[in-house]
Amino acid sequence: MQVRVNGQILQFPDYTRVSNLLTFLHLQPEGVAVERNRVVLEREQFAQVVLTEGDELEVVRFVGGG
Amino acid sequence: MDSLQIANRSFHSRLMVGTGKYASFVQMRDALAASETEIVTVAVRRVNLDHVEESLLDYIDTERYLLLPNTAGCHTAEEAVRTARLARAAGLSNWVKLEVIPEDGTLLPDPIATLEAAAILVKEGFVVLPYTTDDHIVAGRLVELGCATVMPYGSAIGTGQGLPNPDRLHRIMDTVNGRVPVVVDAGIGAPSDAALAMELGADAVLVNTAIAKAQNPVQMARAMALGVTAGRSAYLAGRIARTPVARPSSPQTGLIGTSL
Repeated sequence: MQVRVNGQILQFPDYTRVSNLLTFLHLQPEGVAVERNRVVLEREQFAQVVLTEGDELEVVRFVGGG
Repeated sequence: MDSLQIANRSFHSRLMVGTGKYASFVQMRDALAASETEIVTVAVRRVNLDHVEESLLDYIDTERYLLLPNTAGCHTAEEAVRTARLARAAGLSNWVKLEVIPEDGTLLPDPIATLEAAAILVKEGFVVLPYTTDDHIVAGRLVELGCATVMPYGSAIGTGQGLPNPDRLHRIMDTVNGRVPVVVDAGIGAPSDAALAMELGADAVLVNTAIAKAQNPVQMARAMALGVTAGRSAYLAGRIARTPVARPSSPQTGLIGTSL
């Protein structure tokens, strides 16, 4: 299955959940936010939401800024 | 107690500090501590997929500081709203520093898009602190929409040119008339600029570049705190009027060698 994460195309097995994606990227769920197909997910949804072919994801965190 | 009230929260410090442009996270952490700020701004960006990065949040004690995510880099109202929603999901609060800045290199805000985004975000329950122009009509509209502050620029972001148009800021303060705090954001280059903003009646200032890019950011953070405190005290004390006529401070009578 192909999904696009932060503009980059990545391959994942079927039934990959958002929490699996974060683990794969070595990210802690605290301090990141995920938008899936333009809808922002709550942190509690990470373990439930299953990715589907063609999903567009944005995974963000806080960086220094003014 | 002279405290700064924004939405439902109260702060001792009237200096907000940005977290961008420091040489290191350690330097940023030490500068934040020296500034005695209670509100720190952060930006929202994509995580790097290629390598694991150190987290900014490991250097910001969120018990001590309120995180204020910004929408910097957003060119349209839609992008700003999306970014604000992500920031709320990533963070600990529904506060957002709204910035909508066109891609024209000036870093001056788009007031119309800012108003559009503010209307949406206020409806969605955000506490909106909008970065805006020094136009009092726009400031008034932002207040009417339900924004928690207005944040006019002193001068353009990162220029350090201070407050070239204090009359414009005065006009904003008159229009806002205490309904929400006025925070001078952007352009402050030195503690004297911060003090002047506070003397004019600003409720707070936001500083990033002038601290982060100083030769000694930690020392400058402290100096900014002192500038803000001095300016606020001066505002409360009430400065004298300017006059073109010189008046001696010493008595003009009782001088030696004069005849009675």
